[in-house]
Amino acid sequence: MRWRVSGSSSSVVPVTDDVLLRARGLTKRFGTFTAVDGIDVEVRKGEAFGFLGPNGAGKSSTMRMIGCVSPVTEGELRILDMDPATDGAAIRARLGVCPQRDILDEDLSVEENLWVYGRFFGLSRSEVHQRADELLQFAQLGERRRDRVEPLSGGMKRRLTIARSLMNNPEVLLLDEPTTGLDPQARHVLWDRLFRLKREGVTLIITTHYMDEAEQLCDRLVVMDHGRIVAEGSPRALIAEHSTREVVELRFDLDDQERHVDAVSGVGERLEVLPDRLLVYVDDGDAALTSLHARGVEPLSSLVRRSTLEDVFLHLTGRTLVD
Amino acid sequence: MSAPATDRLAVTAPASGRLDTGPRPGLSQAERLGAVMGHHLVVYRRTWKGSIINRFLSPLFFLLSMGLGLGTLVDDGAGGVDGVPYLQFVVPGIIAVQAMWLSFGESTYAVFGYIRWNQMYAAMLSSPLRVTEVLGGHLAVVGVHLVVATTIFVGVASLFGAFASWWVLLTIPVGLLTGLAFAVPTFALSATLDNDNGFSLLYRFVVTPLMLFSGTFFPVEQLPAALRPIAWGTPLWHGVELSRDAATGTPPGWLGVGHLGVLLLYIGAGWVLAHRQFSRRLVS
Repeated sequence: MRWRVSGSSSSVVPVTDDVLLRARGLTKRFGTFTAVDGIDVEVRKGEAFGFLGPNGAGKSSTMRMIGCVSPVTEGELRILDMDPATDGAAIRARLGVCPQRDILDEDLSVEENLWVYGRFFGLSRSEVHQRADELLQFAQLGERRRDRVEPLSGGMKRRLTIARSLMNNPEVLLLDEPTTGLDPQARHVLWDRLFRLKREGVTLIITTHYMDEAEQLCDRLVVMDHGRIVAEGSPRALIAEHSTREVVELRFDLDDQERHVDAVSGVGERLEVLPDRLLVYVDDGDAALTSLHARGVEPLSSLVRRSTLEDVFLHLTGRTLVD
Repeated sequence: MSAPATDRLAVTAPASGRLDTGPRPGLSQAERLGAVMGHHLVVYRRTWKGSIINRFLSPLFFLLSMGLGLGTLVDDGAGGVDGVPYLQFVVPGIIAVQAMWLSFGESTYAVFGYIRWNQMYAAMLSSPLRVTEVLGGHLAVVGVHLVVATTIFVGVASLFGAFASWWVLLTIPVGLLTGLAFAVPTFALSATLDNDNGFSLLYRFVVTPLMLFSGTFFPVEQLPAALRPIAWGTPLWHGVELSRDAATGTPPGWLGVGHLGVLLLYIGAGWVLAHRQFSRRLVS
């Protein structure tokens, strides 16, 4: 076992060399449509691993195969050293699955939702109650435990869904778009809960189309596009490899942008033309602004920022993550 | 949000071994079915009040209006149906119709919603449970509802002198089988539809005509000859005939075996279809 400092959480997290999930040439087809096109992935125990990509990239199909609810069309997949095709139930007994939508029983109370779900895993009545008590605290829902689910806020429902996915004390937690649709504060609360889980040694496998989420949560990630993996590494390594240190964002008046492309293109390593702005990839943003000014480029507004995974994605695919 | 969070998650409950790290003991078939049924019964404990009118009062209204109201005219005018007082003729029919109603009620929007709206089946299938138990457990709960509802109705109807024989108790399993002969294929249908518009057509063009023309309120021999084969093909008429034999204490004979066979055929074929459609929808 070795210790590594994970991305931006800067907590010391044990990541082992034990391979928990291995996919080789993993493929999923629906009729003639190929959703996942021969991907190779390895996830180690204790790691927070991410699938980053836009909607339709094949992340959810991959997650459903990992969750053993969607048969593998082709290729090899082993989870916890078992084969989903033959040991699906035994694997699922050790997985937690937090789906993209909060699929809760809205007629039931918060705690009843946890109890009935725990029974699906064959937990005894007393185990279910005790476990629910712990998780209600963990999810900060103790005061709402007897309330019906329906009127809860989006953030609360999400935390309840995550609490429910932890009822069986999973060794691996699959999170499909965990914070989509939540407000910023609720997202941070949720990220905090996920860091705690990671510190407990739970392996996290996350899909997201938010680069900030991937940077926050993931030790390592793959970027997916059209069912394939286009890059792999830690968030920092990916940025270092596929982008520059800084980015200058330039916004012009509505029809002005076209006119300035030529003048801007000589500056920096690379230029991306988006519908509403120009992105100039440089190592030193302020110096670039000065030289742009010298060339007579006067944008309505300009912004110097660090490169993010969004820039990596843009570079690799020519498209933005969130339309 | 600011409430202090305990740092989780010491696993303190007595051990089933199913919270341990590493391989975990599997579930027996009984545990799997019990978990699914337990879920549905917990939900029903929350929602039963809304089902009372449809489930218990409608059959009672039919008993009062048809059996007692219309029945008086029939008995006075025609001396009952083939010598049987109309009340005793119609109540076994209502038992079968009630089973059909209940089954459609429990296997249309309920199943569709579990697939599409709150996706509870998907939640179940992300645990060690499999399609067989998810489907079988839900159907078993429908079976429990059928037995309870039929038993209550038989009890109430007997207060009005609706039965001639103790064999009437056999109408309870007949009600169960008649109901399942509708419920199981309807589960398959509900797992196939892409939207819920089909259900109102089902109620309008299947449920109501079946209720009226399956020998429930008058013998199918009264129907125009061209319509009779339709009654023979659907489960309701077979359920009605079995129920009537039981309630009047008539020995069933080969015809009864045929009725039973048709009901079992609907259930069996329905199971194969439902299992296939559930698998396509949920684990593909």
